[in-house]
Amino acid sequence: MATLDSKIPQGPLAEKWSNHKAHIKVVSPANKRKLDIIVIGTGLGGASAAASLGELGYNVKVFCIQDSPRRAHSIAAQGGINAAKNYQNDNDSIFRLFYDTIKGGDYRAREANVYRLAEVSNAIIDQCVAQGVPFAREYGGLLDNRSFGGAQVSRTFYARGQTGQQLLLGAYAALNRQISKGSVKSFPRHEVLDIVLVDGKARGVITRNIITGEIERFGAHAVVMATGGYGNVFFLSTNAMNSNGSVAWQAYKKGAFFANPCFTQIHPTCIPVHGDQQSKLTLMSESLRNDGRIWVPKNKADVEALRAKKKKPSDIPEEDRDYYLERRYPAFGNLVPRDVASRAAKERCDAGYGVNETGLAVFLDFKTAIARLGEDVIRQRYGNLFQMYEKITDVNPYHEPMMIYPAVHYTMGGIWVDYNLMTTIPGLYAIGEANFSDHGANRLGASALMQGLADGYFVLPYTIGDYLSHEIQSPKVDTTTKEFDEAEKSVRDRIAKLFSIKGKQTVDEIHKKLGHIMWENVGMARTAESLTKAQEEIRALRKEFWADVKVPGTNEEFNQELEKALRLADFLELGELMAYDGLNRNESCGGHFRTEYQTPEGEALRDDEHYAYAAVWEYTGPDTEPKLHKEELKFEAVQLAQRNYKD
Amino acid sequence: MNLKLKIWRQKNAKAKGGFEMYHVENVSPDTSFLEMLDILNNNLIHEGKEPIVFDHDCREGICGMCSLHINGHAHGPDTDITTCQLHMRKFKDGDTIVIEPWRSAAFPVIKDLAVDRSAYDKILQAGGFISVNTGGVPDANAIPISKKDADESMDAAACIGCGACAATCKNGSAMLFVAARVSSLAKLPQGRIEGARRAKAMVAKMDELGFGNCTNTGACEAECPKGISIAHIARLNREFLSAKFED
Repeated sequence: MATLDSKIPQGPLAEKWSNHKAHIKVVSPANKRKLDIIVIGTGLGGASAAASLGELGYNVKVFCIQDSPRRAHSIAAQGGINAAKNYQNDNDSIFRLFYDTIKGGDYRAREANVYRLAEVSNAIIDQCVAQGVPFAREYGGLLDNRSFGGAQVSRTFYARGQTGQQLLLGAYAALNRQISKGSVKSFPRHEVLDIVLVDGKARGVITRNIITGEIERFGAHAVVMATGGYGNVFFLSTNAMNSNGSVAWQAYKKGAFFANPCFTQIHPTCIPVHGDQQSKLTLMSESLRNDGRIWVPKNKADVEALRAKKKKPSDIPEEDRDYYLERRYPAFGNLVPRDVASRAAKERCDAGYGVNETGLAVFLDFKTAIARLGEDVIRQRYGNLFQMYEKITDVNPYHEPMMIYPAVHYTMGGIWVDYNLMTTIPGLYAIGEANFSDHGANRLGASALMQGLADGYFVLPYTIGDYLSHEIQSPKVDTTTKEFDEAEKSVRDRIAKLFSIKGKQTVDEIHKKLGHIMWENVGMARTAESLTKAQEEIRALRKEFWADVKVPGTNEEFNQELEKALRLADFLELGELMAYDGLNRNESCGGHFRTEYQTPEGEALRDDEHYAYAAVWEYTGPDTEPKLHKEELKFEAVQLAQRNYKD
Repeated sequence: MNLKLKIWRQKNAKAKGGFEMYHVENVSPDTSFLEMLDILNNNLIHEGKEPIVFDHDCREGICGMCSLHINGHAHGPDTDITTCQLHMRKFKDGDTIVIEPWRSAAFPVIKDLAVDRSAYDKILQAGGFISVNTGGVPDANAIPISKKDADESMDAAACIGCGACAATCKNGSAMLFVAARVSSLAKLPQGRIEGARRAKAMVAKMDELGFGNCTNTGACEAECPKGISIAHIARLNREFLSAKFED
């Protein structure tokens, strides 16, 4: 049985990474040529890892479900990427970025990993500029920065509202260069459906060609999961439609432990839900909170008038507006972390101050900023976001405030990894959002891009060499062995079973039911009661799925319903583990808010004495309870404290 | 809203396709165009018919996965958006809407409304990058770049690679796509170093893959969901010509 060894290097925090790098093994160029690595996913983590590993001389195969690596969901990240450059002379430093990230994560992340993240952040910006990423610049020609939630310094680098796109195009270009050289082979429109283990080590994958349905086998000396998060378990989220948790879930069922599955980020600034035909939610970048002010009316009469469309928001005078974030958190104001801003919006809407017909919306207003800076400056900063908002809602945000509401956005939980980013399965790595390691119970804005690229460019290429140095005598993986036979058979059986049900409900109809259970019971506010209820309802829905789902067509064709059914089958198990984990954690921290555990002011109330650990779950079988392992979190450089964004 | 839909169906790349008529009812004007297709597909599955395949992913206009010719226009009747950002309020109750895949020799149909755009990846693999390895690069602020150049580079870099330009061009030319990448890198000092090699390699690959020539009709610019200007094509031509002089 796998055990939990985080492999945190000895020594002072600031020297751990340097010491570790100095002592781990490397692989000679001649031997790298003989070693195969599979990378699953081509977002910031996957593309940067595949490109960097290809440059080093390994044979890399990279898989993605989209028609091109460039379309991975990292492309949709808007606001920016953090780094401790201190270009603004505002007293930023590696320690401050580390500290803000640990505190923002509500003290539930591993110190050593977070420090390393802050440490390599500066190299990421250098790398991206060298690749030709057109970051925003000042008139003097140097790089510009903006502020983001949870920080009092300006350390966020950005490319208009399309930072994720530009960073991904940089990593994709580096990947393209390796593809043209032949060191990386790319397999777009290929979905990995299982991880193959030989003698306990990850040795390959089973894939389905999305166009032809062909099931194929690929072998390698190491496998890297860069498959993103599992927010789509909620059906409605800001994730892309095809984002899914299936590779992580299959790895879990093969023995990779899953950490903190209940840590979900609900992003405060999304366009509100309009109706039950909606397929996804659209994020409005957190960067908008630099200049936008969030408010609801002070008086219920104004709320009623707004809902009845008898008043426009601009009709409500300043003295009748409740800028509730500025009121509650004077020091950080509109730039509090995401979990705090989301809960505050929910609190106002629950109290009856929601400003649209559904009662689930608050205003994000640019009136003050436009008066101070002029419409042109606001257009330069956020033009594409304002355009996107207007196209979706038909409201011009230069004249009337935006309406926003929290929505599922990111999952801090994920596959457990040690300091080397290796899972509990030897040779299987998890990077980026797919792992659990850096963001604790809440991720700060502009830190996901930082982590994806840190893992892919600067961490994994070093640590994977240490593992592969022991594999230089291993021959090419033979994919005709019984392990590959069995894995392929289980994939074929799963697909055949889905077609055999011939039920009455479509995949989307069942997925919407799951989303409803998750949002109501495992969403922004959870209780022991709701989490227990969720488990029961998910188990019942899972039975319903396997008895009544209708998957049309055959495997041997381009079949989008089959793709969705395979992913939903995994979400129907993963959702239950999320509820299980939430029920185990009898405290509130970051995005995990248990209504029973709050301060008199309504803030998250942690229990450091009993829950200062990562909850790490081991799969024990289809009908048995998962086994809990605890990774105790030891804090040496920071003092555990109640998060304070008030003063 | 109630709508009549005339949609291109094609079993696979080799099959002969054709239009089929469908009806959808009770669609909210606030629904997006792709959500309207979701509703249609859900109905088709219940009726025991095969749902329509179409590419889509982020549904917020940035991944470039969605496509579709709608009533003769790439990404539909609205300007500066992708199909996933198009909303039904742009149509009228009772309308007949014609929905086709991209029509371009270099983008063969895979099934129904989904096409193969791997040719765009191949063009970028031929030279759409700056040849630097990970690590060992100078400090990000070591090379000042004028705000004007950085902004122009970003204007070109906004391309999402959706293929609307080539699908709209009467010659099936990919010049706007190639120009956007060449121009974005050409505006930056880091990108200048291999500018000549890049322009030649990408244009040669574009020609090899069966894309047509540019005759300056400007149709690509008109249909580009990101408003990429054909001024970038002029820059690509300058880059290409000066590269030829270097030979």
